[in-house]
Amino acid sequence: MKKTNNIILETSLKALLFFIVLYSVYIFTAGHYYPGGGFIGGLMTAGAIVLLLITYDIKTVQRILPVNYRIITAIGLLLAIGTSASSLLFHVPFLTHRFTHVELPVLGEISLHTATLFDLGVYFVVVGVTMTIIQTIGEDE
Amino acid sequence: MTNLIVLPILIPLLTGAILIFLNKKIVAQRIVAVFSSILTMIAALFIVQKVHNEGIQSLNISSWEAPFGITLVSDMLSALLILTTSIIAFCCLLYSFKSIGEEREKHYYYSVFNFLLVGVNGAFTTGDIFNLFVFFEVMLMSSYVLLVLGGTKIQLRESIKYLLVNVISSALFVIAVAFLYSVVGTLTMAHISERVSQISADGMPGILTVIAVMFLIVFGLKGAIFPLYFWMPGSYYAPPAPVLALFGALLTKVGVYSITRTYTLFFYHDKGFAFQLLSILAILSIVVGVIGAIAYWDVKKIIIYNIIVAVGVILYGVSVMNPASIKGAVYYLIHDMIIKAALFFLVGIIINLTGSANLKKMSGLIGRYPGVGWTFFIASLALAGIPPLSGFVGKLLIVQGGFEGKSFFGAAIVLMSSLLVLFSVMKIFINGFWGQNQTYEGEEKAPVKWLLIAPVILVAISALYGVNSEAILPYIAQAADTLVDPQIYIEAVLKE
Repeated sequence: MKKTNNIILETSLKALLFFIVLYSVYIFTAGHYYPGGGFIGGLMTAGAIVLLLITYDIKTVQRILPVNYRIITAIGLLLAIGTSASSLLFHVPFLTHRFTHVELPVLGEISLHTATLFDLGVYFVVVGVTMTIIQTIGEDE
Repeated sequence: MTNLIVLPILIPLLTGAILIFLNKKIVAQRIVAVFSSILTMIAALFIVQKVHNEGIQSLNISSWEAPFGITLVSDMLSALLILTTSIIAFCCLLYSFKSIGEEREKHYYYSVFNFLLVGVNGAFTTGDIFNLFVFFEVMLMSSYVLLVLGGTKIQLRESIKYLLVNVISSALFVIAVAFLYSVVGTLTMAHISERVSQISADGMPGILTVIAVMFLIVFGLKGAIFPLYFWMPGSYYAPPAPVLALFGALLTKVGVYSITRTYTLFFYHDKGFAFQLLSILAILSIVVGVIGAIAYWDVKKIIIYNIIVAVGVILYGVSVMNPASIKGAVYYLIHDMIIKAALFFLVGIIINLTGSANLKKMSGLIGRYPGVGWTFFIASLALAGIPPLSGFVGKLLIVQGGFEGKSFFGAAIVLMSSLLVLFSVMKIFINGFWGQNQTYEGEEKAPVKWLLIAPVILVAISALYGVNSEAILPYIAQAADTLVDPQIYIEAVLKE
């Protein structure tokens, strides 16, 4: 079947996608002080990819983003486990986190917290799982 | 090492994540899985020894002091259960290599297997009621996958039932925790126990009894007690033998453990209603279980109904709630995990050989497979509780506790159930192993020698467990002490 010409959808996608991804990254990084965090950030990134899937088809999206989402999930899991297990090396209870203030050239003084790494793990798992579910259902015939 | 008690959760979790990367490399998966399972076993042994020497171990996760953070608590009961779990998991892995099939192995079988262990070990170790819920879900999600993996028709049908029942019981669990939280205002188990005893200084208030019954319903659904066992015979019939062994040995026992933990730690004030209800349901489970076990001519069904009997026996021991019966319940719980796994492995071998689960279609297996026959014979005797083997001491203590607690009827039922349990497994032995020698299709290809390793290890452990009960009883007694006197547990966690 020949595809219909979705010129409006495709053009508005180009403008929208950037904002959605940017907003999801904002929500992810703001999680410590404002509502947000890894879960909602990951879900929103997955939402952006789903918008891509709606506009194009699975093969095109796979060419744009050549990743295996199951591996993304596994990497996210390893990141979260690794962050929590690294406390074993310092002889403190499991999952103990640390933070420090760092002076960065452009951003000024910011506090870096190991909980962010854990959250990054959550983010990857959420993106990976959501996209795996949607892709496997989509590919199914 | 401060983090010792987190290792039985962490090692399988890490393994499960790593195995996702290796999903097409079966040999690598097997090596990693066995290696991690041995590591878990060693960690569990260390924990048992440490708890034995130094008392209850508690770990405040992420360094938050006890009632405010999640606490992992390893008392003797959970340490022993984790050791048993890791032994069974190791045997189950060995059995899986030759029986589960490449197709399943490529589809994340070992990964999900490890996640199931995370759930089970976590549920045994946690000291926080909501964390218990989370570990229950980890365990259940993995069990859904293991149940449906392979996608045969019967698996699909039974998964739907299993999933539906467990989703409902999980929702009830959340509601029960919400009720409990609104009454006591805390989630750490030791802290809950303290608050509950403050509230019920003069008699337990009605709302707490309601919550106690809700917990009984929730964990009863997971642990298959009467009348909440209805999903089990069908669901456990569907998966292949190693998965079935894992389910039969571990999943229902987590429910039993949770009932034991909550009833001895939170609700021990209400001897009048909650414990009586538990006692009645336990006795009815025994009755229903033996009726099922002697009614069927299907080898899998017979052993599945024997799970319900064992759950009843253990919970009866808990409900009598005196030192002897609790000791018996703990002893019997560990024995039953080991022997049920062994029996399911053996039943798996029998089905593999004869190509059918129907007893009437098989006979004379002992002529060509004496190893399978005699292992099964010993396992049956252990299940029924014949003296030198492991089922004996536990049942003896439970019956003794029953008589001491003036609960003669229940103790008599436990005794009589042994007879019928023996009858039900001897029926398999007599019909399957004695009689006319026959040949079956596909029998030559069955890797019996390899498959027999796992049940032989377990039966040997069970025999040693029975023979060395003198050496093991101090450990069991230590586990029972904590259950009889919750103050030990509370002090170890809250460190007042």
